Amino acid sequence: MAELRALVAVKRVIDFAVKIRVKPDKTGVVTDGVKHSMNPFCEIAVEEAVRLKEKKLVKEVVAVSCGPTQCQETIRTALAMGADRGIHVEVPAAEADRLGPLQVARVLAKLAEKEKVDLVLLGKQAIDDDCNQTGQMTAGLLDWPQGTFASQLTVEGDKLKVEREIDGGLETLRLKLPAVVTTDLRLNEPRYATLPNIMKAKKKKIEVIKAGDLGVDLTSKISVVSVEDPPQRTAGVKVETTEDLVAKLKEIGRI
Amino acid sequence: MGPTSPQDLYLPPRTALGPLLSLGTSPGTPPLGLLPLLVPTSPPEAPPCPGSHVRVSPCAVELQSPLFAPGDAMLPWRVSRWAMQLSLQVACPPGALVAGKSGAGARSPSMLVPWPPSLRGSSSLPTGAPEVALTAERYPVQRLPFSEVTEEDLAAFEHMLPGRVITDPEVLAAVNVDWLRSVRGCSRVLLRPRTTEEVSRILRHCHQRNLAVSPQGGNTGMVGGSVPVFDEIILSTALMNRILSFHDVSGTLVCQAGCVLEQLGRHVEERGFIMPLDLGAKGSCHIGGNVATNAGGLRFLRYGSLRGTVLGLEVVLADGSVLSGLSSLRKDNTGYDLKQLFIGSEGTLGVVTAVSIACVPRPQAVNVAFLGLMPGHAGCPGFQEVLQTFRFCKAQLGEILSAFEFLDAECMQLVGRHLGLSCPVRGSPFYVLVETAGSSVAHDSEKLTAFLEQALSSGLLTDGTVATEQRRVQALWALRERITEALSRDGYVYKYDLSLPLEQLYHLVPDLRARLGPRARHVVGYGHLGLDSA
Repeated sequence: MAELRALVAVKRVIDFAVKIRVKPDKTGVVTDGVKHSMNPFCEIAVEEAVRLKEKKLVKEVVAVSCGPTQCQETIRTALAMGADRGIHVEVPAAEADRLGPLQVARVLAKLAEKEKVDLVLLGKQAIDDDCNQTGQMTAGLLDWPQGTFASQLTVEGDKLKVEREIDGGLETLRLKLPAVVTTDLRLNEPRYATLPNIMKAKKKKIEVIKAGDLGVDLTSKISVVSVEDPPQRTAGVKVETTEDLVAKLKEIGRI
Repeated sequence: MGPTSPQDLYLPPRTALGPLLSLGTSPGTPPLGLLPLLVPTSPPEAPPCPGSHVRVSPCAVELQSPLFAPGDAMLPWRVSRWAMQLSLQVACPPGALVAGKSGAGARSPSMLVPWPPSLRGSSSLPTGAPEVALTAERYPVQRLPFSEVTEEDLAAFEHMLPGRVITDPEVLAAVNVDWLRSVRGCSRVLLRPRTTEEVSRILRHCHQRNLAVSPQGGNTGMVGGSVPVFDEIILSTALMNRILSFHDVSGTLVCQAGCVLEQLGRHVEERGFIMPLDLGAKGSCHIGGNVATNAGGLRFLRYGSLRGTVLGLEVVLADGSVLSGLSSLRKDNTGYDLKQLFIGSEGTLGVVTAVSIACVPRPQAVNVAFLGLMPGHAGCPGFQEVLQTFRFCKAQLGEILSAFEFLDAECMQLVGRHLGLSCPVRGSPFYVLVETAGSSVAHDSEKLTAFLEQALSSGLLTDGTVATEQRRVQALWALRERITEALSRDGYVYKYDLSLPLEQLYHLVPDLRARLGPRARHVVGYGHLGLDSA
């Protein structure tokens, strides 16, 4: 039954291969002129949504991103991978820095209701903040079941079978739709966007809206105090004998 | 990827050494079996001797090794420079080395060495793998009457380089063999100087004592040129790894010859520049070695040869005298341009101890497009399309084009099978990797998109993909850079780096496939197209 509609949230982050530099005023990291790309876990989410569409289990895939204008590039990438249309929730750059999982979750929850989707797919976490909260909060706000760290996803009628990667191994859940799923690394290998699709993506629609239009308040109760480099690793000390080792450990007060 | 200049087709006589035979094939097994196929008229028993002129017929392409005999000056022959590099690799099932027509009797077991070599950069020998035979035993080479190293010599070296005279057999075992494990020398001394002064003292001593010396950088060469033939003293630049200066307006970098290319790259990248050359071996190769072999590499198309980008050299000659030409001037017409003699001289005229090189501004926008080409009709199916695409690229992308690589369908199959790299586009007879590098993201994307749209609509391409993110860019480059690795996992490899006129470039591959038949598991061709720097 191809009546399901999916909402995929994608985040524009600093490319994982780039060397991160902390701003001298310690308010954050340098983002100007730095290469950005789609969060790798979000790519996996888009890929999964597109695969479901190819299997005719999902009728429409909508890609959404919150942030400044450049987010539209990220949405275009999702469209080139096979999403049908995009929604850009425009947030000016200054405010975008203060967007946290709760704010994004509020936006996604409102959008999920407005667009009447059955499935919300997200990456398990973003590689810039490593929060791993947005998916869970979205499910909480919508009061929908959630399957996080998904490594396998199967649609069974009006239910979703989700295999999750947990510390002890694999856990399989059955969720009643509508549901929220966050993707983990082993779910799939995202496709390369091929030229014909890239060309087609140019013609697909991206709707631009503001958080206010959805009635969402983006104020955050969290403020970043400072961002610092991790301490430089100091050189180790070599000792010759076990006695030396014990003496050294005593010296630094460890034993 | 292997070295990319036609010089790699031969090993010239080295400082104080006699002529060395080689067809420049790597691994260095003289293809006794291959010869009869390639040279139907020569007597089957004759091993390839210096001065052999190998002809490949019926294609009208000649593989020429430089003709030299003892006493002759080198005559490097280069087929038309404005062309391309075709890397031809023939993978045979292990053990299937063809015997000469005279019969298999004379075949020595050492020739059946199967390998894949380990990943580039690492040099661990798989335990239990048979060692390649000593060059001295395997080839009909004669050791010229040089002195042998004595205890007095070792003491003298120890005085010059305290603690850096190595005679440990384990360490020497590693430096006596090349990266491909195709040739092995029997040197017993490894010297690691830190300064030019030390190099000068060493060479002065050796000159007085008539001792042969083999300079060695990163030992990543693929033509067996980086290791001794006999017991020459190995002079390593490993400890000469200081960066002397970097001028961040002109981009001039001055450094010692033992700096690793990748390390230099990182240093200048932090300052907004990049090295004008890049090789697969960058993690291990030394800049001195790159200069001595006139290495080409991935950025050759865009930035040209080291002959243009090296501004000055400091070289120590065989008698110990130091030629200090470390000019940083971009244009210097005073006197003869002696550095051009040393660039590409492969350690035969002197030891490069310091290099002054012009780095280029780092491109802000790098895009890689991977294209699958339509199968063609006449001649070599599909290769004409590669040439057409190339012409189209040059016209449309112009100055932002920084690399143009092609590979055939068999290469793609092999990287898929042995390395698990999936093909990002639909199956095609040929694939092309196009890289653009420029200063404006918007400008470059626009040009690239326009080019792709046109190429697609004109029916040149079956499919393609574009990447701007580092990870994707690296993944696409891996498809091209790891072909050698994939082949080495397939069987015993004969690798040839050839420069050929554009039109005849690929004919060699189907012809060889026909000739070798089932004896060769795979015959593949891949490489770069381009014109010599602008």
